[in-house]
Amino acid sequence: MVAHRGNDQDAVFKALADASRRTLLDRLRQRNGQTLGELCDGLQMTRQAVAKHLGILRQANLVAWRREGRERLHFINPVPIHEIAERWLRRFELPQLEALAQLKQKLEGEEP
Amino acid sequence: MSESATSTFVYVTYIRTTPERLWSALTDPAQMPAYWFGVQITSAWKPGAPWQMAYPDGKVTDAGTILEMEPPKRLRLQWQHQLRPELKQEGVAECLLELEPVGQSVRLTVTHSIAQPQSQLIQAVSGGWPKILSNLKSLLETGEIVLETAAAKAG
Repeated sequence: MVAHRGNDQDAVFKALADASRRTLLDRLRQRNGQTLGELCDGLQMTRQAVAKHLGILRQANLVAWRREGRERLHFINPVPIHEIAERWLRRFELPQLEALAQLKQKLEGEEP
Repeated sequence: MSESATSTFVYVTYIRTTPERLWSALTDPAQMPAYWFGVQITSAWKPGAPWQMAYPDGKVTDAGTILEMEPPKRLRLQWQHQLRPELKQEGVAECLLELEPVGQSVRLTVTHSIAQPQSQLIQAVSGGWPKILSNLKSLLETGEIVLETAAAKAG
């Protein structure tokens, strides 16, 4: 297992650079605490590929898992993304950016 | 699935410190306001003891009981929000903090869950925990808080 360094954000960017892994994070954001089987459901990926992507996400500390009974449940961990946002965003006007993001969501009809 | 009956969030951060220092930061009321939006937890810090989290003006935000305490490894709290009625009525949540040394760092895992589907409380704390953990990390690694708004809110 890789020893995680808080200021080492390379692993986070590499993990996020892949569309399949972002899809997995999206699915966990929709419903947190899913098993590997549930995450595979409806995806055009083999179980092995999903497991591999989850391993990379976990090494980047973007996904955490907990054992519950016989099952392993996966959770999205927003802390590294928050740290990236802090690194660059806090110098800017965060409330204005939030207002802009809300406007964009409203205009594009996305749910927040 | 069993998952649908509960709402759970898990937060993990790695902090370059010792489990003892991290434990102290998590349980020492004097250190807490610096990273936790100005609030302080007061408790006798033993299993079964009540705890409460309050602003300097005395307004209590959250309260509960200490379910398990194993310094500097594990702290399990029963957790009920006090300020917003819609969150309070969801009942009692549980918050588990686990500290595990990994190399030169400590892996801190916070698991916050409640036996409610689509919990508003869990949604509400999900905005707070990443900021708190990020502040805690800065405080322990560099001795200062990165997020100025936390200090501003504390004042």
